Amino acid sequence: MNFAEITKENFNQISNFIIESLHSGEQANINLHAENTTFIRFNNSKVRQNTHITQKSLTLLLQKAGRSASVSFSISGNWIEDKIRAQYWLDQARSECEILPLDPFQVAIQNQGSSDSNLKGHLLNDSEVFESLIQPALGSDMAGLYCGGPLIAANRNSLGQSHWFSTESFFMDYSLYDGQRAVKGVYAGTQWHQEDYVNKISTSKIQLSLLNRPKITLEPGKYRTYLAPAAVAEIAHMFSWDFLSYNSFKKGTSALMKFGNNEKSFSPLFSVRENFQLGLNHRFNSMGELAPETLELITDGQLKNFLVSSRSAKEYSIPGNAADNHEAPRSLEITAGNLPESEILKKLETGLYLSNLHYLNWSDRMSARITGMTRYACFWVEKGEIIGPISDMRFDESLYDCLGENLLAVTDFQEIDPQVSTYDSRILGGKKTPGIMIKDFKLTL
Amino acid sequence: MNIYPNMQLNLRKTLANLSPQVDWTQIRYVSEKTTWRMVRDEKSERNSLSFDQGVMVEVLIEGHFGYAGTSDLTEEGIKSAFDKACFLAKHASNYKAHNFTELQRPPAVGTYNSHLEIGLDKISAQEIIDIFIEATRAMKLSEKIVSRSATTMISEIEQLTISSSGADIHQNFSIVNTDFSVTAHQNGETQTRTDSGGLARCLQIGAEAFDRETLLQRARKIAEEALELLAAENCPKDTLDILIAPDQMTLQVHESIGHPLEYDRILGDERNYAGWSFVQPQDFGNLQYGSPLLNVTFDPTTPNGLGSYAFDDSGHQAAKEFLIKDGVLLRGLGGLESQARLNLSGVASSRSSSWNRAPIDRMANINIEPGIDKIEDMIKSVQRGLFIMSNKSWSIDDYRNKFQFGCEYAKLIENGELTKTVKNPNYRGTTVQFWNSLKSVSDTRESFGAAFCGKGEPNQGIRVGHKTPYCLFSNIEVFGA
Repeated sequence: MNFAEITKENFNQISNFIIESLHSGEQANINLHAENTTFIRFNNSKVRQNTHITQKSLTLLLQKAGRSASVSFSISGNWIEDKIRAQYWLDQARSECEILPLDPFQVAIQNQGSSDSNLKGHLLNDSEVFESLIQPALGSDMAGLYCGGPLIAANRNSLGQSHWFSTESFFMDYSLYDGQRAVKGVYAGTQWHQEDYVNKISTSKIQLSLLNRPKITLEPGKYRTYLAPAAVAEIAHMFSWDFLSYNSFKKGTSALMKFGNNEKSFSPLFSVRENFQLGLNHRFNSMGELAPETLELITDGQLKNFLVSSRSAKEYSIPGNAADNHEAPRSLEITAGNLPESEILKKLETGLYLSNLHYLNWSDRMSARITGMTRYACFWVEKGEIIGPISDMRFDESLYDCLGENLLAVTDFQEIDPQVSTYDSRILGGKKTPGIMIKDFKLTL
Repeated sequence: MNIYPNMQLNLRKTLANLSPQVDWTQIRYVSEKTTWRMVRDEKSERNSLSFDQGVMVEVLIEGHFGYAGTSDLTEEGIKSAFDKACFLAKHASNYKAHNFTELQRPPAVGTYNSHLEIGLDKISAQEIIDIFIEATRAMKLSEKIVSRSATTMISEIEQLTISSSGADIHQNFSIVNTDFSVTAHQNGETQTRTDSGGLARCLQIGAEAFDRETLLQRARKIAEEALELLAAENCPKDTLDILIAPDQMTLQVHESIGHPLEYDRILGDERNYAGWSFVQPQDFGNLQYGSPLLNVTFDPTTPNGLGSYAFDDSGHQAAKEFLIKDGVLLRGLGGLESQARLNLSGVASSRSSSWNRAPIDRMANINIEPGIDKIEDMIKSVQRGLFIMSNKSWSIDDYRNKFQFGCEYAKLIENGELTKTVKNPNYRGTTVQFWNSLKSVSDTRESFGAAFCGKGEPNQGIRVGHKTPYCLFSNIEVFGA
């Protein structure tokens, strides 16, 4: 049996035990996270650290007499041990329910159906992984992280709901450096093709050589700017941070307050949606609710939907749309426009070509203003020709400007930005974004 | 060590069975119990408990450290992790970045326990929830206040490290984080005020963190200030002297001193994620990082400091060291591995976020030593300036040069006196120029923490502390919304 099959057996055994141990009037919702991951960290095209992690954890939501208690605990995969752990935490959850006040916005556990998805991958094996990753990068200074292995999310509840999603996936997230000049690349998927990786690295090496011109230092000011898909993905990352959440909107902390209140608008060229057809994430959320295949959020600059969890739906008496409790996008897409790749430099004419942005944060939420830095391959362009790389600059820009009246064009192509976050554990998901052309992009320092 | 009944965990026996197979091996066990409680608008919003435990098995093979972690704590599970660590370390050793030895893993023996006045078992969940309900009620000073919340995250962490060379380190940490927040709204204007910046009030502490009267007083204060902000003028766009309170100095020190001094950044390990550093190895002992008033220490011995411990994860005994003295850069943040790679002296800062990550160079408590000035005198010395506090926005470039920070609340200083409240205070600058503009340091300090300092590949969020005085800087670019 492989890791996914063993883990499925663990999960079924332990969740059956919990469900069968429930008392009258109790309901349980159970989530599993499991991974068996090889992490390899590179610096100077050498191995700095390599770590293998096998971890499995359960989160149990117990509902009883209008109370909700959530407990999470790691499991071993050994049934004798895990049975003790499950009993202990079920007892703890019951104790919590005894002392907690009524949960005013409790979402009753329901059977939302079942799903079963197993994506078989082809990954590098442990004996070949180091050479396969390093050999193509030789001759360059590579820093980065390889991450690969099975990753599982599952959900069951005491009313018969059952969801299972397992994938065997990888990403190689890297930077190639030449002194302080650098380019960024990500190769990700479920099927490792060595020739694709070699080509990806080769392309990055060529891009790096293009940076070998004198750096241009810009003055703060407003610039006509092209943001490549990876740079747009950095902006889209902010959409997870008190932006599209209905609860944040109602609490007054959303950066979309003025848009939601019809005081500000976006360009008709700007559309964003949740799109689970991208295959980047499973549709079920932590309550096992199935999100729609697609959910329009902002279409042609008009607000269509906030992300609304069932908890918010109950609190504010509106329909929910199966968002998870944090009401952050899980499979976000900014839709494409009509600017062909071949026309980008010509349309830019004179200005900035920014491949990546770095360390974004809201500088003023109420104006949806973001500050951050340019990073990696960013160029000064004149008369449609790349003149040279620029020194890193800070920007401070309102989304109501750059995605509003200053948005000039959206590319007719998009790129996948795979989820590479690994805090505590690997995470499923990602984004799909186009490039955008804007005017008056504000550099400040 | 184990919360579960009838479960035995004999790591020393397991280690003894593994050790003969390699030159050196270590088992690091970590358990972490975390409790979240949140009340919003006098209603219970979130109550969750989590208990994570596992071991990291570490081996040294042909000069390369290999790591394998598992949540399977059976002897077979740990043996399986050991086999994986050995297999991968052996293959990786052909491509290793440096040739390490056991010198990077001293056989330390000792214990550490967070300093508590009152044990966390002395306060019940019910009491915390009751205080938080009362606190959110106390925040409701006006119909203009639209959202009120009180949150705590309580962490109890146990760490046991044993190695084949004799290391035996047992450390217990007790951490309480409280976070109060008030949002006020009127006529299209929204302002949020928190209790010293989101999650900054975070210490190694016990149940004394839940003193009812203190918490209620703080709750009322931030509600009053949120209403003040609603009526306040926007922060002026100007170049002014700014007096920064410790709850914002925490962030300033963290981003523009702590991170750039990390040796693994200087070595380039972080270049694909958090970034590099403007600091070069030859800068140590030479660079005038700040004005002569700037004295910065690495101090994992700070009482109640969020980043306090007795040993780092390599077994290096923790001690206070000056990083910057009289403005001159002396030493960086690097554990024994980075010290060997750079041939520089460093500190005991090789830390991991939990059992499932390998240690990297981190901060502990990065503190600014106190000065000699009274805060009242510092205010009096300013003709026109800003007194600025509580971080709400932070951003800095990948070399740690160009920063921009936003705060929740500020007061104008005019002719040596605090006058009007201003909203949306922001400031920006470049690191060395900024620290060289330091012109006064207070004689009192306050401690805060960063509970989720992110770094590393794979990513790690770790707790670090900062104890800082009030600091006055000259000619800083400030602006509003």
